[in-house]
Parts: sequence; C-alpha cells; structure tokens
Amino acid sequence: MRREPGGQPYVVLLPPGRLNLPRGREIWEAREILYRFGVRDVVLRYRQTAVGIAWVVLQPLVTAAIFAIVFGRVAGLSSGDVPYFLFAFAGTIAWTVFSGVLTRAAPSLVANQALVSKVFFPRVVVPLSANLSVLIDFAVSLALFAVLLAVNDVNPGWAVLTLPLWTLCALALGSGAGLAASAVMVKYRDVSYALPWLVQVLMYATPVAYALDAVPPGLTWWFDANPLTWLMECFRWALLGSAPPPAWQVVGLVVASVVAVLAGLLVFQRREREFADVI
Amino acid sequence: MTDSAITARDLSKSYRIARSGRSHDRLTEALVARARHPFHRREYETLAALTDVTFEIPWGEAVGIVGRNGAGKSTLLKILTRITAPSGGRVELGGRVGSLLEVGTGFHPELTGRENVYLNGSLLGMSRREIRRRFDDIVDFSGVARFLETPVKRFSSGMYVRLAFSVAAHLETEILAIDEVLAVGDAEFQRRSLDKMRDVAKDGRTVLYVSHQLQTVTALCTSAMFLDEGRLVVSGSVESVMGAYRDSFQTFRARQLDPDRRPGSGKIRFEEVTTAEIREPTDDTVVAFKVGVNPEIVGKYFVSCHVRDDKGLLVAQCDSRLVGLWLDPSEPRQGVLRIKDLWLRPGQYTVDMYLCQAGVFDEWRAAAAFEVLPHIPYPELVTDEGLFGAVLCDFDYEAW
Repeated sequence: MRREPGGQPYVVLLPPGRLNLPRGREIWEAREILYRFGVRDVVLRYRQTAVGIAWVVLQPLVTAAIFAIVFGRVAGLSSGDVPYFLFAFAGTIAWTVFSGVLTRAAPSLVANQALVSKVFFPRVVVPLSANLSVLIDFAVSLALFAVLLAVNDVNPGWAVLTLPLWTLCALALGSGAGLAASAVMVKYRDVSYALPWLVQVLMYATPVAYALDAVPPGLTWWFDANPLTWLMECFRWALLGSAPPPAWQVVGLVVASVVAVLAGLLVFQRREREFADVI
Repeated sequence: MTDSAITARDLSKSYRIARSGRSHDRLTEALVARARHPFHRREYETLAALTDVTFEIPWGEAVGIVGRNGAGKSTLLKILTRITAPSGGRVELGGRVGSLLEVGTGFHPELTGRENVYLNGSLLGMSRREIRRRFDDIVDFSGVARFLETPVKRFSSGMYVRLAFSVAAHLETEILAIDEVLAVGDAEFQRRSLDKMRDVAKDGRTVLYVSHQLQTVTALCTSAMFLDEGRLVVSGSVESVMGAYRDSFQTFRARQLDPDRRPGSGKIRFEEVTTAEIREPTDDTVVAFKVGVNPEIVGKYFVSCHVRDDKGLLVAQCDSRLVGLWLDPSEPRQGVLRIKDLWLRPGQYTVDMYLCQAGVFDEWRAAAAFEVLPHIPYPELVTDEGLFGAVLCDFDYEAW
C-alpha cells in the first residue's frame, strides 16, 4: 500500500455536536448496504411462504374491495365517473406507499439492534432501506392496476406521466416520518404501540377510501391542510385521470415532502450517535 | 494518508446511568410518583469508562489491547470503530476501520451462504466490486463451498462461524479491529486465522486486537497497550506491556508473598505454593505447597484451595477435610493437590490457599496463578453461545 506522509486524516472523531449532519460520502459508500438490506427484506418476506408474491396482489385487492363495498355500496358515496373499486384501489396504492415506508422503517433500528451495537455504518440506511421493498410491492400493484384500467376501459391520459413525482413524494413523506419514528423508538418503545394506531387514524382522516367531495363542509379545513390529502388528489389525477388538484396543493406536496425528509433526518441524526449506548 | 494510523488525544467516554434506589416497577407507581413531584428530575450518575487516553499507532502495527474486565478495552474499540461516540477528546483515523467484533453479526439465518457473504461484506464496509473480487478467496478460506446456496440456518455451527470469520478476515480496510473472535474454532482454524491476521499487518495495515488471552496477543501483536480502570497505564513493546499487565496481578501477589501482610492468625503459614503457569483446558490442575512448622499448635489442621477465574468467580473449592487429609503442625509438611476432571475455560486463573483449624491460620490470596490456553477441547466448532457454562466438561450425548 502506498501512502504519502502528512496527508489529511480519513476521519476525525469528536464528541457529538448539536447539529450532526450525515456525511454525504459515507452514505454514498453505504449504498451497497442499503441495497443489501432491501434485498434481504424482500427475500425474507417471500421465502418459506406458500403463495409468495400473491400476498402483494391480494392485500390491496381485498382492501380496495372492502372499501368499495363499505363506502360505495353501504354508505352510497359517489366516486365520480370511475367504478368505486378502481377509485378505492388507486387510493389504496398511494396510501400503501406512504404507510408501508413508515411502518417498515419505524421498527427497523430496533429490529437490527445487534448490528447497531456491533458494527459501524451510517445508520440512516437502516430505515431508508424500507423504501426498496415498498417500491417492489408498488410496482406489482401498479401492474395489476393497469390491467384493471384496461378491463374497465378507463384512460388516465397524459397525467399518468406525473406518477413518478407523486411516488417520490409518497416515499419522501413516509421516509421522513419513518426516520423520526425509528430514532425515537430506540429510546421509547412506546412508538411501536402508538404508530400502527396512528397510521390507521390517519388513513381514515385522509380521503383514501372516499372522495374529497364527500367530506362535510365543516371539516374541509382539515382535509385542505393535510398534505396526505394533496398526495391522494395528485395520485388519483395521475392514475384515474380525474380533475387535476389545484396548483397550490401540488407545490405544497413537493415542499411538504422535502420538509418531511429534512425534518426526519434532523431528528434522526440528533440521536444517531447515542444509538449504540441506548438501544 | 496520514503518518500514523490512529491518533487519540485525551479520549474520554462516560455513560450516564440512572441512579438506582427509587425505581418504580409499576406504571401506576411511576404515575403516582410523577404526580407528587411533577418537576422532580431523575438523577444520574456518570460512569467513566475511559479517561484521558492518549496514544498514537503507526501503520503496519498489530496492537494488542489488554486489561482486566471493565478496564475499558471494548469501549475503546467501540469508539475507534465508530459504533459509539466519544464524550471528550479527539481521534484521527488514517483510513477506513473494519471491525470483526463478533463473528456472524449481520448474518441472517434465512439467507443463503452466498447472500450472507454479500450482506455481511457490505456491512463491514466492502463495496460490491471488492466482495465479488474476494468472493472465491472467502469461500475457499471458509471451506463451505458446497453449501453456498443453502440457508445458513441449516449450517452446522462450525460452518457458520467459519464462513462469518472468512468474510471479516478478507476485509480490505486500512485498519482492522478485532475483539476476542479468535477464541472460536478448532486449533487448526485458529492457527489459520492468526496467520491471516499477521498477513494483514504485513501489508502495512494496522490491526487492533483486544483480548484476555495473553498467549494470542504475544503471538500476533507487534506492540501493545495496557488499560486499567479506563486509563492507559502503559503502551509500547509487547514484552514490556505484558510485563506491566502481569505485574498488576503480581504486585498484588508479591505483597501477599510476605507472610506478615497476609490475613490469618499466622500461627502457621505456607512457605511456598506453585502450579504450572500455562496449561490446556483438559489438563489436571496440580498445586504444590509447603507449610512451615509450629509445635505449639494443638491438634491437626487442614488445607483449602480455591480456584478463581479472572472475574473473581470461585470455580472450585478443594477442602482437604472432604478427602480426610489432616496435617500435623509439629513438623514441616509439603503436599500436592491434584484436581482431576475439571475442564477450565480458557483465561486467567488464580489460586487462593488457606490453612485452617477452628480459625484461619493463613489466608494466601493469589498464591499462584495460571493461564488456560485458548483451545476448545471439543471436536466441533460453535459460536460463543454454545460455551456459556462457568467451566467446560467432558460429556457426550446418547439418543435413541
């Protein structure tokens, strides 16, 4: 090995400061870990299962069917000019991206505590790796949705080209919340009890299974202020070709996504250096 | 690249631990206490694991870090491998640090051997290209080539350990930190692992090695550091540090050598206690002793021998009354205690000797000390979880 004397140290370790931002180079070097974690999650989920990938198809299908029955038939809500099932399916797909990242990222650090207390690598890759398996599920659901669109003769039009952007936003919102939740869970396991319940509450407080038009006028302020509403509107526009959301919602969604990721990172990095001592 | 691999200045680490005493087991109790003293803050004690440690390690050096339990060795390694952050001071690392802290960390039982090599390799800091390039070496070294596509949960524990160690041993980081992992495996695999570690240092890289086993440190390292109670006592050549480390046991032992400083009535005392200083786990423990004379003592006395491990745990107590041996104080006596069929775990042991009648005549703590070599006397390899017992023993299984 050649080395020149008097060079810069590779890294300097100091007591943690207030603002502890991740080092870009380290995260870039850890991309292989991110990928391997993602692959591990995907492989593990379907190894030793009887129907394997069918679970990915079955879950959103059944959920959307139930929504279509409960909200479309029982409650008699309107879904505009698309079948209620398709309408609910689009919402479920979008919601699953957000909630999937959040609920898989949150327990990830605690689940990998042996690693966190034994090996060094940028900790952010652990919760972030949840994105990979969610994306794969998303791709499968999307393929199924495309078939359903064709069968029902619904054409979303050019709006479908904006889909990658909204997907990115859903991942960002989920990752931001997931980063923060996973970091807090290292110290307070309460998160693992509160989170599934919160996610469910949030789902009903967001127009996933019903249209925004069905919301009583007194409550519209909440729906207008909820970035997840904007996400649903953008997704339905791209997937079903429904009326495009107002420009402020589109801009708001992008801004909210960026803010969520930054805030999540900040919370995460503040606690990162004590993970090994606390977990 | 910097001139030295690692430079540490005034490195400190303290842990905050909640003061024990009034802790609440039940949520209701905790809530009541909270309601009574809403602004009461929990009190914390700080525990200093490392205090002002300063050292510099040049490239190409294999450094052994020795010290008793709780001396701060593992904390130091955790800071250098960046698992935990220092509370004070500064460390400059000249390159990437790979760690071999526990064999198999990051192995997932459901994944195949191949998948685990990639996962573990990336966790230890290898890029995909590096792993691919070293893949065949890794598999060859481990000797499990035939089972690469089998989930590792179906591996024998020996195969598991070998594969895990092989991945770590093929790390190409500039600095490599190792914590006791070489204690796994059979003698042959240990020898190959040691050779591997030596090669790493020959490459001009730097190896940090934490161990209780002086034997391995002497065999592997080119220099050493001795930590005691979180402070760096001495660093330098292996011989000098090993000397200081043994001395720390021996200062105590030397003091005990003077009969006047030992507890006991002193009416009669040991003159000499000796045992073989290095032994295999399966060897008999043989302790020879000489006792002085005192015709004024009425009646006979007995001898008791306590074997303690390096944590102070009493492993065996051999009381001569139990085997009907009583000695006559009117003439000088000598004898040999032979402990058969006691398989000791590798590590450091001390022997405490007692002369008693109704009261204690002589209490000689650490009258002798010995080291059990890091060999596991079983035909198969397992991870450390298979070896949790206080002692090893000769056993076999029958099943039908």
